[in-house]
Amino acid sequence: MSADVHHAAAAGHGHHDAHSAGGHGTFQSYMTGFVLSVILTVIPFWLVMGNVLDNSLVTTLVILALGGVQMVVHVIYFLHMSTKSEGGWTFMALIFTITLVVIMLAGSVWVMYHLNHNMMPMDAHDVMNNAR
Amino acid sequence: MMHAETAPPGAAAPVFYQTDEEGHHSEGSTMLGFWLYLMSDCLIFATLFATYGVLGRSYAAGPTPKELFDLPGIAVNTAMLLFSSITYGFAMLEMDRDRVKQTQIWLAVTGLFGAAFVFLEIREFVHLFHEGAPPWRSAFLSSFYTLVSTHGLHVSMGILWLIVLMVQVRKHGLIVENKRRLMCLSLFWHFLDLIWIGVFTVVYLMGVLE
Repeated sequence: MSADVHHAAAAGHGHHDAHSAGGHGTFQSYMTGFVLSVILTVIPFWLVMGNVLDNSLVTTLVILALGGVQMVVHVIYFLHMSTKSEGGWTFMALIFTITLVVIMLAGSVWVMYHLNHNMMPMDAHDVMNNAR
Repeated sequence: MMHAETAPPGAAAPVFYQTDEEGHHSEGSTMLGFWLYLMSDCLIFATLFATYGVLGRSYAAGPTPKELFDLPGIAVNTAMLLFSSITYGFAMLEMDRDRVKQTQIWLAVTGLFGAAFVFLEIREFVHLFHEGAPPWRSAFLSSFYTLVSTHGLHVSMGILWLIVLMVQVRKHGLIVENKRRLMCLSLFWHFLDLIWIGVFTVVYLMGVLE
């Protein structure tokens, strides 16, 4: 990080422009990302629309996994994230955000699932639903 | 120039030293700052996803996702956003080569795909209203509209930003400032496509599966 800053500062403005312009992808990298995204989008739609797998739990896990992989593809090929961009700070921010997101999502769903479960008999709407 | 004119007579031309290294990094720090904004935006979407995850099965005896969602339509929507991502990539590649006209053409194509996405989404919402599924019908629908329309609003703002930048590029060309702005919008646009992956997986595909 520190060495990189010194280098950029010493080399002057012109160098820095060239450096930042090269900061995003090439035609090949965009096309790789695009083709991978198309494949990773078509498979989950095909799985769900064609009822390919009988087990809906397995299908859910598979499409969630494919969605996760496609997000990584986007981050690498479209957002041009790497562990080295901006001296590693963008990557740090990304990891921090992912940590928060996982805690928030998993925590909310987990806690509220148990809450719903325990409150079930007390909920007037659910009693009505069960009676039907 | 002003400094040279105001220097006292007989004094040597002043020499300026760059002591602040960050001064050279103005563009670099803009990109980092914009990335941090995207990360905070990511947290907004995460809370909305968590809300949907909690409320998404509370139908209040109303319509269910299986009855409401039209997957072929969503597939077209997804394709629009994915095409707009790759065309924005092409615009960035043309920008690297300093070709103003090609950059503008690809930006316009991106904007059209984005507009098609927003149009299809609004049409879907109108259709849902006619089906008796407005946001106030159930907790599922409230959280659904909040999540999906927040994303749609982001895309609409992205289109507005795109138009503003096209005017800027038309007026001033591909100057350093405009390149920096286009790179920020590039991050924003690809980020919205990334969020949409979560939306179509969690809301539409998993909703229909249930």
